[in-house]
Amino acid sequence: MPKDGGIGASTKRREDVRFLTGKGRYTDDINLQNQTYAWFVRSDIAHGTIQNIDTSDAESMDGVVKIFTSKDFEAAGGIPCGWQVTDRFGQPMQEPKHPILAEGKVRHVGDPIAVVVAETLEQARDAAEAIDIDIDELEPVLDMKAAIQDGATKVHDDLTSNLCYDWGFVEENREAVDEAIKNAHHVTTLELVNNRLCANPMEPRVAVADYSQANDEYTLYTTSQNPHVIRLLMGAFVLSIPEHKLRVVAPDVGGGFGSKIYHYAEEAFVTHASKIVGRPVKWTSTRSEAFISDAHGRDHVTKIELAMDENHKFTAVRTDTYANMGAYLSTFAPSIPTWLHGTLMAGNYTTPLVYVNVKAVFTNTVPVDAYRGAGRPEATFQLERVVDKAAREIGMDPAELRRLNFIKPDQFPYDTPVAVTYDTGNYHATLDKGLEMVDYANFDARVAESKARGKLRGLGLAHFIEACGIAPSNLVGQLGARAGLYESATVRVNATGSISVMTGSHSHGQGHETSFAQVVAEMIGIDASQVDIVHGDTSKTPMGMGTYGSRSIAVGGSAMVRATEKIINKAKKIAAHLMEASEGDIELKDGQFTVAGTDKSVAWGDVTLAAYVPHNYPLEEIEPGLEETAFYDPSNFTYPSGAYICEVEVDPDTGKVDVLGFIAADDFGNVINPMIVEGQVHGGVAQGIGQAMLENTVFDENGQLLSGSFMDYAMPRASDMPMFDVDHSCQTPCTHNPLGVKGCGEAGAIGSPPAVVNAVIDALQRGGYDVDHIDMPVSPSRVWEAMNK
Amino acid sequence: MSKISMTVNGKSVSGEVEGRTLLVEFLREDLKLTGTHVGCDTSQCGACTVHVDGKQVKSCTMFAAEADGAEVKTIEGEANADGSLSVVQQAFQDYHGLQCGFCTPGMVMAATALLGKNPKPTELEIREHLEGNICRCTGYHNIVKAIMAASGQDVPAVAAE
Repeated sequence: MPKDGGIGASTKRREDVRFLTGKGRYTDDINLQNQTYAWFVRSDIAHGTIQNIDTSDAESMDGVVKIFTSKDFEAAGGIPCGWQVTDRFGQPMQEPKHPILAEGKVRHVGDPIAVVVAETLEQARDAAEAIDIDIDELEPVLDMKAAIQDGATKVHDDLTSNLCYDWGFVEENREAVDEAIKNAHHVTTLELVNNRLCANPMEPRVAVADYSQANDEYTLYTTSQNPHVIRLLMGAFVLSIPEHKLRVVAPDVGGGFGSKIYHYAEEAFVTHASKIVGRPVKWTSTRSEAFISDAHGRDHVTKIELAMDENHKFTAVRTDTYANMGAYLSTFAPSIPTWLHGTLMAGNYTTPLVYVNVKAVFTNTVPVDAYRGAGRPEATFQLERVVDKAAREIGMDPAELRRLNFIKPDQFPYDTPVAVTYDTGNYHATLDKGLEMVDYANFDARVAESKARGKLRGLGLAHFIEACGIAPSNLVGQLGARAGLYESATVRVNATGSISVMTGSHSHGQGHETSFAQVVAEMIGIDASQVDIVHGDTSKTPMGMGTYGSRSIAVGGSAMVRATEKIINKAKKIAAHLMEASEGDIELKDGQFTVAGTDKSVAWGDVTLAAYVPHNYPLEEIEPGLEETAFYDPSNFTYPSGAYICEVEVDPDTGKVDVLGFIAADDFGNVINPMIVEGQVHGGVAQGIGQAMLENTVFDENGQLLSGSFMDYAMPRASDMPMFDVDHSCQTPCTHNPLGVKGCGEAGAIGSPPAVVNAVIDALQRGGYDVDHIDMPVSPSRVWEAMNK
Repeated sequence: MSKISMTVNGKSVSGEVEGRTLLVEFLREDLKLTGTHVGCDTSQCGACTVHVDGKQVKSCTMFAAEADGAEVKTIEGEANADGSLSVVQQAFQDYHGLQCGFCTPGMVMAATALLGKNPKPTELEIREHLEGNICRCTGYHNIVKAIMAASGQDVPAVAAE
């Protein structure tokens, strides 16, 4: 292993120094010469017809450069959707236009109507106050089930209804599943809500655009998880700018969690406006604005039924979900409740028959898209809740019921009835590990100890499966993706042997600059400090799809491995020439090329120098230089899994729940940097506990967002969280990528919500309360109400 | 507009500000000290935490004019004189107490203020002190560990290898 950390080392993060000293360079830290400031005027009405926009007073105010409305974007396209779902009747989903600025109607609180561009931010904001907008209010469409009834008010007048699609999966199994449930020995039914969340990365979104008339080129600095995707979507579909004239830079990005995947109207606005006003244009979101303009997550209403036979073996799962799309289709919104949700409904179990129905619905609310986990938390929550409820109904230990129905270690690769094939896993091992960590055997004594203090103690278990690194591209294309899902890397070896890796992945907290360097250093046998990771700039990195879906190391890391393998192969040819040996005899170890069976050797740096100063070089066989690019398109998803166990104490007088401990026993396959992996799990679990106990996005009956600030939306604080106990020692490496890795970014947020709710139900039932479900967040008032119904 | 002057990270600075200019705006926009971040607009997130006359302050809750004559310390003034990381900064790196880095300057300034008045805080005291600082990445686990380690208390190793 390189002395400063190769694969498997908890190398300290190199990016930390700049973040810890205030030298990070986030988008809002970028100020361009002569820049102007944009302030968006947004609808404060959920649904209405725009009668008039009077900008006359504002236009004459100090510092105003130009005021924009939809008229300034007549030549532009709408914000595109990147995934087309086909419904269960074979028809394409309904896909409304998503204009940059509202055209004729406003469809959610926060819908942008006009923008002031001014010399200073204060002047832009002052002028925005003077714009007079006359809107005739229409009935807001809010309840999903009511929205798709005949005669319901329509969010989009040009669509046939508010139903985006009615999706069935696997449609051919529909009748067989119905039959299995009808004939089951026992059926457990659960109706639940997966609460709407706001991703809330701590850095609000920012976009700064600079158009250069001299060479007709645009540069957009933006808070994105995937700058190449933004360049493609905005350039090709919205503003008709060819890629070579458009550079998109995502510098240091302060968290994403999915909300910075999407192409947003503000990015297209500043890019276009910069050309119109002939100066750079900067927009910085306020937090209040983020709540009504960043895509939200989750918001499913579901009924799930689990059928089992007399031996407690699961025979079928049927689930019906209403999925809120909000007012427009955000970039990947249609894929979340369908392919990222339905394909996970077998869970860790051998259930032979599964049918998933999803009705996606337009409402007058902020658009909904992927948030950490994206579809997989929704699947896991309903499945792990219904399995828990079933165990309680039949009087069986929830761990035992799971174990009975788990896919066994010798059954892999395992073909599920929901189209996916799990390559590896050992669910018994992670469950056993988790139960060992929680000291399950002594739990009853802890219950008694709590009881002595007047508290109700409960233990909740969930066992999740996740599908990461969604691929291959030809498959996702068949499923409706309008993009490929490969990843890219260019490995550029410099003459003296140091290396720059240009990756299509993007780090916004995940530590790629450290962990990716560990991989390349390990492969070549040089110090990791000799390897630099470059990301986040379309002018530097090859076309790549970015970071989301726990794909970076599994897909982006694999591309980097493939490119490094090409480098090593070429370097061996050069080394063979230098040592006058056969290429097949060359070995590379610890940065030294040797000839097998001899004492001949040549150092890495000598070979790289020869590649760039090719005086003694096989020029007739290979080109000079040492730079290779690889595009890696995986053959399958990866399938991390794990046991998540939560221990809570409920105060029966107030309904307040305290999380006493949280255990995560994950199988991520091979692990590159354990410190970073554990940090990812901590953060994911905190977001999952946040969803389960604190966070909720609430609209009132008029479509006004009630939880529109950190004073109203309960972000988890330090005092809400326990210390976590995490483990990743159960490892069944992925069989189809070169590193054997599975991805760890979302696991925490997927496995934890059902563990928390199961623990609360366990506490209440042990305390003698007849409560079998509470919707998230399990706030004191909801728990108290359930106990006192 | 009014003229103000103050000491920031040991240097005398001055500027012209509007009455409504917040201290954080003065630091970021006028002094170009962009290490202090803005993560909300309701004084909840703490990303803008600095020290004013030795006290921990959210620089979004104070007008720049109110800091006239004050001694201000930001994250840019936190490292040791030789440029090496301070004990708190180093502990955050050693214990992986940061991921995206956006809340980090505020966290470090809050932690430094805590240890200034309570050199050996308990886990509970640390969590309560961080009530006004939100982190979305770490789940606080490693931030708490970093602060305990910075105070010289024993904490478990960062991760099993």
